[in-house]
Amino acid sequence: MQWETVIGLEIHAQLATASKIFSGSATTFGAEPNTQASLVDLGMPGVLPVLNENAVRMACMFGLAVDAEIGERNVFARKNYFYPDLPKGYQTSQMDHPIVGRGFLDITLEDGTSKRIGITRAHLEEDAGKSLHEDFHGMSGIDLNRAGTPLLEIVSEPDIRSAKEAVAYVKAIHALVRYLGICDGNMAEGSLRCDCNVSVRPKGQAEFGTRAEIKNVNSFRFIEKAINHEVQRQIELIEDGGKVVQETRLYDPNKDETRSMRSKEEANDYRYFPCPDLLPVVIERSFLEELRTQLPELPVQKRERFEREFGLSAYDASVLSASREMADYFEQVNATCGDAKLAANWVMGELSSLLNKDNLDIEQSPVSAGQLGGLILRIKDNTISGKIAKMVFEALAGGEGASADEVIERKGLKQVTDSGAIEAMLDEVLAANAAQVEQYRASDEAKRGKMFGFFVGQAMKASRGKANPQQVNELLKKKLEG
Amino acid sequence: MHRLTLAQIARGLADKAFSAEELTRALLARIAEHDGTLNSFITVTEERALEQARAADARRAAGEQGALLGAPIAHKDLFCTKGVLTTCGSKILHNFVSPYDATVVEKLTAAGAVSLGKLNMDEFAMGSANESSHYGPVKNPWDLSRVPGGSSGGSAAAIAARLLPAATGTDTGGSIRQPAALTGLTGLKPTYGRVSRWGMVAYASSLDQAGPMARSAEDCALLLQAMAGLDPKDSTSVDQPVDDYLAALNQPLAGLRIGLPKEYFGEGLDARIADKVLAVVEVLKTLGATVKDISLPNTRHAIPSYYVIAPAEASSNLSRFDGVRFGYRCENPVDLTDLYKRSRAEGFGDEVKRRIMVGTYALSAGYYDAYYLKAQRIRRLIKNDFVEAFGEVDLILGPTTPNLAWKLGEKNADPVSAYLEDIYTITANLAGIPGLSMPAGFIDGLPVGVQLLAPYFQESRLLNVAHQYQQVTDWHKQAPESF
Repeated sequence: MQWETVIGLEIHAQLATASKIFSGSATTFGAEPNTQASLVDLGMPGVLPVLNENAVRMACMFGLAVDAEIGERNVFARKNYFYPDLPKGYQTSQMDHPIVGRGFLDITLEDGTSKRIGITRAHLEEDAGKSLHEDFHGMSGIDLNRAGTPLLEIVSEPDIRSAKEAVAYVKAIHALVRYLGICDGNMAEGSLRCDCNVSVRPKGQAEFGTRAEIKNVNSFRFIEKAINHEVQRQIELIEDGGKVVQETRLYDPNKDETRSMRSKEEANDYRYFPCPDLLPVVIERSFLEELRTQLPELPVQKRERFEREFGLSAYDASVLSASREMADYFEQVNATCGDAKLAANWVMGELSSLLNKDNLDIEQSPVSAGQLGGLILRIKDNTISGKIAKMVFEALAGGEGASADEVIERKGLKQVTDSGAIEAMLDEVLAANAAQVEQYRASDEAKRGKMFGFFVGQAMKASRGKANPQQVNELLKKKLEG
Repeated sequence: MHRLTLAQIARGLADKAFSAEELTRALLARIAEHDGTLNSFITVTEERALEQARAADARRAAGEQGALLGAPIAHKDLFCTKGVLTTCGSKILHNFVSPYDATVVEKLTAAGAVSLGKLNMDEFAMGSANESSHYGPVKNPWDLSRVPGGSSGGSAAAIAARLLPAATGTDTGGSIRQPAALTGLTGLKPTYGRVSRWGMVAYASSLDQAGPMARSAEDCALLLQAMAGLDPKDSTSVDQPVDDYLAALNQPLAGLRIGLPKEYFGEGLDARIADKVLAVVEVLKTLGATVKDISLPNTRHAIPSYYVIAPAEASSNLSRFDGVRFGYRCENPVDLTDLYKRSRAEGFGDEVKRRIMVGTYALSAGYYDAYYLKAQRIRRLIKNDFVEAFGEVDLILGPTTPNLAWKLGEKNADPVSAYLEDIYTITANLAGIPGLSMPAGFIDGLPVGVQLLAPYFQESRLLNVAHQYQQVTDWHKQAPESF
């Protein structure tokens, strides 16, 4: 049987506010346990929450960026359950009146086509603390530094049909929140986490299959693997005559498998009700209009501008706008060298393979945008050939010079464009290969074409790559035909 | 000295008739003498009180003035007080020493008030008799075999027995007004949001409000003046200027329109209490008030609505008492569930458990709409009743309680009969309006209270009417025989 996969994602993005959502404590990652937990974060008797306005602002920015309805009146609700790292015995979240309503995000698939993924809602809530199970001799420690960190939970429609699409969507959300500056997107530190709701159904069937939710997957790679594994598990289960049960599962990256955490029957009744300690938040139209004017250029807009302004292909434009850092880097290279096409080729070519090889982010690139722009300038003004440029690039990557010019100067890589010098060098090459010259001259046009390359090669070798290839071509042709 | 009111103390301290330290010592001695009988205090902070008194004397010597500078008070034991035990009348907080001060405590301390300690109360403010306290019941000074009312029963008994001139209380469904009525005091529940809830251990967050309890309206005005105001730490506190309550006391009552809701004089009300209340109306008429019959038609829904909303909020508010971070933890828990179950089962008393269970049920999936949402709709209707009534009258007047103080243990077997005692007070909490109870006479030697209700933020009106009444009557000056 042919199966179709249906996926909906819940992404938790930690908002990049300086302080927590309901208290004044700092939100810095990695501080000593419980040093960033105030009376409010500890859930002391008698304490009260005060909403961080900046968290609301950031949530609204996200709403505007995904063309969503933003509720004029939104309400915080308590989600009640007991857990040691949930100090109050409830999580302050939103239920019936989320801050961000229906919206959408267009993602670019691998084949270059675009797909629209619906966003059901996004709501504000507070993060819980962490339970620490090591170093406590059979007991558990509780670190409440993270308790109260603002989260935006972004819920997608079940519009996603494969693990690859899921990854593309998460990457697009990741890029978006980073563009907006509302989340640092650091998945390893848990700043962006993903719950994947996965089900399968026979192709052509309208109803959804029973879904399983895979909790807290925290890398693009694991999202893909966890979903693929889960899809396979469900298909095998059904084909063997079994039934998928609605449950929460956990992905174990070490074993590359998901396993059951709790079933629907064991699920908590969260007893949501409006939080009486917080007033409904009223978001005025004028606030949103003002905020709209402050939004940065978003990935989609940037992609369109790259196509329009620089004449880049849709694919190139989408790769270069995929992250704010990548786009900024590209634009800086372009600003330095004034050649968008060359800039795009170098960023997506040499630079990307260098970064991939060393598994680096573009912010960690050993070659700065200024350096790369300077290098391209020297290609454009014929100081070096493309081939030499790659050598210079590697030298820059290896830290062998502060600029392309310095590397070229120090290594004597400057291209030879003096036609007298090139002619003299060619004469030597032809003299050394007299037999081939004779053969060339005796051949017909088709054959000559093939042999010409041989002489170019010899000439470039003789000049150690420095002779201007165009001049070599022209002069060589003249001499051979002559 | 123990018979002095806050206003008289302020004059005495200003005239150097006595020092704050002398006064504090006298009251501490009185507490030591009588509180074994009454059980109104959970903690007496003797040394701290003397330190604060000496500090107040020093401030006064340095030229500072202030109506509460050196004034002895005490706090209901659900206001967090830094470095002092704050138990909420519960075993689950038997060892909880707060790391911070409630805003009310902070404000009164800043005003120079001397806190003598922490007052007994129904566990987590759940009760109308002060019998649910883990620290034992409080006795009514007017009859030691009777309850003082609750949940601010410790505050009421201590003031009535002249151990203190005034104290803080909190009122979620009548917990200031009802004990004030049953012990012959004046007590005010302010408008919801008038006084900060920061540091007040929550029972039902949307209903809880702190207020003053004292022997006169004037003293309540003095105390409220220092307690009220916007607090950035409490999102539900309201940004509304605080009136000059003392200045408002002396407004004449000519033209005051009083409404008598027929629902407050119906079945269930002790007829003798009705008579006392109507006698108050007659006095107010002589002061220039006019009287009109009104109706608050949704009154009969108030108790069912309250006993859904308050327990629902409580079930969530009390989740933090889980034995993990502070308070009581059971011995040798075998696992997490055991830790939760036994810490809470052993730490909470019956009434608290009852309300947690009711609230949990009311919020459960499938019941939420039928209970919680419906109760909220009733709440809106009750509020609308008042808004409409206050279109016609300036003040609503009626009994504070349907009955006199009952015998200790009398209603233990039937919690609902105790719930019904809150019938006249609960509506003000549901609507959020201010309410005051003041003494209206005695029946069989037991105090009777009359309740005044006013529109939002008109605490000054309540205090004004009560004060004017107290200028021409002396019910509020009566002391129980043995105190």
